Amino acid sequence: MTEATLAQAIEHGLIESEWKHILRVMNRAPNLTELGIFSVMWSEHCSYKSSRVHLRKLPTTAPWVIQGPGENAGVIDIGDGDAIIFKMESHNHPSFIEPYQGAATGVGGIMRDVFTMGARPIAMLNALRFGEPNHPKTQHLVSGVVAGIGGYGNCMGVPTVGGEVNFHRSYNGNILVNAMCVGLAKANNIFLSAAKGSGNPVVYVGSKTGRDGIHGATMASAEFDDASEEKRPTVQVGDPFTEKLLLEACLELMATDAIVGIQDMGAAGLTSSSCEMADKGGSGIELNLDHVPCREKGMTPYEMMLSESQERMLMVLKPGREKEAEKIFKKWELDFAVIGITTDTKRLVLKFKGETVADIPVTALADEAPLYERPWEEPKRPAPLAAVAEPKSITEALAKLVATPDLASRRWIYEQYDSTVMADTVQKPGGDAAIVRIHNTQKAVALTTDVTPRYVQADPYTGGVQAVAECWRNITAVGGTPLAITDNLNFGNPQRPEIMGQFVLAVRGIGDACRALDFPVVSGNVSLYNETNGQGILPTPAIGGVGILKDVHKHATIPFKAAGETILVIGETKGHLGQSIYLREILGREEGAPPPVDLKIERRNGDFVRELITTGRVTAVHDASDGGLAVAIAEMAMSSGIGATLATPADKPRAAFWFGEDQARYVVTTTAAGAEKILADAHAAGIPAQKLGVTFDTSVKVDDEQIEVAALKRGHEEWLPRLMT
Amino acid sequence: MKAAVVVFPASNCDRDVHDALKRSNGTPPAMVWHQDASLPEGLDLIVLPGGFSYGDYLRCGAMAAQSPIMRDVIDRANKGTPVLGICNGFQILCETKLLPGALMRNASLKFVSRDVNMTVEGANTMFTAGYKPGQVINIPVAHGDGNYFADNETLDRLEGEGQVAFRYVEGSNPNGAARNIAGIFNERRTILGLMPHPERHSEPLHGNTDGKAIFDSLVKALS
Repeated sequence: MTEATLAQAIEHGLIESEWKHILRVMNRAPNLTELGIFSVMWSEHCSYKSSRVHLRKLPTTAPWVIQGPGENAGVIDIGDGDAIIFKMESHNHPSFIEPYQGAATGVGGIMRDVFTMGARPIAMLNALRFGEPNHPKTQHLVSGVVAGIGGYGNCMGVPTVGGEVNFHRSYNGNILVNAMCVGLAKANNIFLSAAKGSGNPVVYVGSKTGRDGIHGATMASAEFDDASEEKRPTVQVGDPFTEKLLLEACLELMATDAIVGIQDMGAAGLTSSSCEMADKGGSGIELNLDHVPCREKGMTPYEMMLSESQERMLMVLKPGREKEAEKIFKKWELDFAVIGITTDTKRLVLKFKGETVADIPVTALADEAPLYERPWEEPKRPAPLAAVAEPKSITEALAKLVATPDLASRRWIYEQYDSTVMADTVQKPGGDAAIVRIHNTQKAVALTTDVTPRYVQADPYTGGVQAVAECWRNITAVGGTPLAITDNLNFGNPQRPEIMGQFVLAVRGIGDACRALDFPVVSGNVSLYNETNGQGILPTPAIGGVGILKDVHKHATIPFKAAGETILVIGETKGHLGQSIYLREILGREEGAPPPVDLKIERRNGDFVRELITTGRVTAVHDASDGGLAVAIAEMAMSSGIGATLATPADKPRAAFWFGEDQARYVVTTTAAGAEKILADAHAAGIPAQKLGVTFDTSVKVDDEQIEVAALKRGHEEWLPRLMT
Repeated sequence: MKAAVVVFPASNCDRDVHDALKRSNGTPPAMVWHQDASLPEGLDLIVLPGGFSYGDYLRCGAMAAQSPIMRDVIDRANKGTPVLGICNGFQILCETKLLPGALMRNASLKFVSRDVNMTVEGANTMFTAGYKPGQVINIPVAHGDGNYFADNETLDRLEGEGQVAFRYVEGSNPNGAARNIAGIFNERRTILGLMPHPERHSEPLHGNTDGKAIFDSLVKALS
């Protein structure tokens, strides 16, 4: 075997110190196959070498957490022997290069992470960021990504129930596609990836291995430049049909006790799955690559190990159970091949045509992966917000706001996703959080994805706190009790201290919020190097949250239910306009500090509102976030066709009161008598609450101004379809 | 009522329709694998569920129409056993020629998932007896290829013979289907194919129960 060189290591994205580290742990120079294996295992994508030290500080435990970070996905207990398995993962770089396939395989990958642990996927969500609407690429990227997410998820028969979409110039050259999968399993039948024991058969199932996606993990760990589109061949191609068969076959096999460990072949394919399984099992693995099902003739060990062909799984079975397993996979017309055996050598050994083509200590690939404590600096604090002039008209500003890129209706997008398959969707896209019933029970899960990147940019710590708080609030606003999150941390180049500073502080904020809200992180993904030509994205730590509704019937929705009801806001309105959508979209100013988040108040207000929902004391609930009270009320009006008569309190500036983005607030409606009682209860609990007005007729009136709900809705609904034609 | 649901590779509404049938009928339907050579004996109803059989590769429903089980399905259908095809099931029924016409790509060229209003054109059949003639019902659609097409002569005949089962309300046609057709019967009204998913509006938690009458009607007629 020819020895690889430093120059080849650098071509593989490694640096000189990492090459020297390889020589040290191998005690010799690696050959090219071995170098390829090191390069993917030590890539940022697989090794988390820049982020690991900080991720360790996140809270990951709670009495209901069954499995925290470190497995394919996180697992929480939702009672009655049921468990929810979930994770969010990015597919940013591939989606920019080839939007349909990039997004589709992102969906496929995260689904495999969930069903490989024994869960049937029951819901998908996503968090998408695109560049400016009028950027020449945006339309093409939106169109391709949405079609790709739908194309894969719809065929799988898993409803896509929620998500969020932002547009900002910082994503012009680097869009974000984060997909979250939520699955349902039995708490006593969770499958882990450890390849325990020696002499157990290692089995390959699913699609054949092709030359697609070679070096995908390395690509995802590098910055982009103008030549990046030439990397199109490194984007994998998805086949949701095969994945659906793989899902059913895996679940069928999982109903037996034949499996020791199982892991999907995601980034870095056969390499990472075999290394991670052996590492976690404290064992070794010997593979005979002659038995790997290949799509093309003449594939080399290097190509087989680095291929990222989709819809493949690696399993370790109990000895003697191969026939039984094979029968199931043949029934589903999938490839099934025994390609190796577990050993007690703690080495990854690859054989090909009778020769040993790689022999690497497993711990060197996993535990000995580089770990960097990268230098970071505190970002500059934004200057305090200068005076904001009062608008001529609140209703005019409101009409404009609901038709801006970040607030316009997402109908054009979510109508391309099957949101009702499985017949358990209770709250479809358009609510604060999606609600999906646990099949054949009265329970449901509340699901949402959230982050406000402009807040994180202005103040990474507060932005991190706010992302978690908003996720918690959205679950609360439908009546759910928040349980746990998955985080998808999208940032720029960690080798730049100011970017690393964003990362460190945002993670600190996320950790503090999770601790204060008993909302631990059970899984996640880090995506760094989201830059093109040195231009970083807004820091975007997307938070995917799961909550539980013990009785699905006791949930709240956004639309007003009847005219003549009282509209209240729970939580204090100071009128914080810094970094608000109003400031950016109406006045063209991206200024000031984001709204502060007080986690004690967040929790107190949220617990109060949840109690109102579960005891049936409110008829509609909506959290106040982007665009403040006015936009929240407009959304309640547009979704129902019922208007509102509102009055600005005498002591408040109008723009700040209606468009300020103070946190921990919920707009609720109830009867007049009910409102007096709620205000009294809030007062007794020390929770600020006030009356905003009443639901009325078909227009929104603010003091002496008025606009038809239908006119608001027209602008709101038309923006995205117009962009996309 | 003894019912069977045929499961093709990548059927994905098989469980949903199983549950809807069970709710209306009390007993669950048999689930029949596409590679089986024959259906259970004494069936009162065969259901072809929604999904992406064979990944919708080649043409929606084209490969499923050639599945081993379909020989028996066609045979029984021709002998008068009622068949209900929903979404992909409707596409399969057209591919087997048990129903006329074809389902083309949506006119928008995009997948569409939304609740649509449609009128019951053909009441007084075993599938639709629970509806009033002309009743407007709300049922979800979720498909990429639901654009019903047939030549004018066939369309005239379908309309003339009362074979149009459901029509999208004017202005809410989600896919460009000819004459707003959402579902059709065969001549004997023993076969119904429709694009919308009645099983997804069949219990209170769905927010709407307009689809339940199809299953209730079948149970009443076939029990």
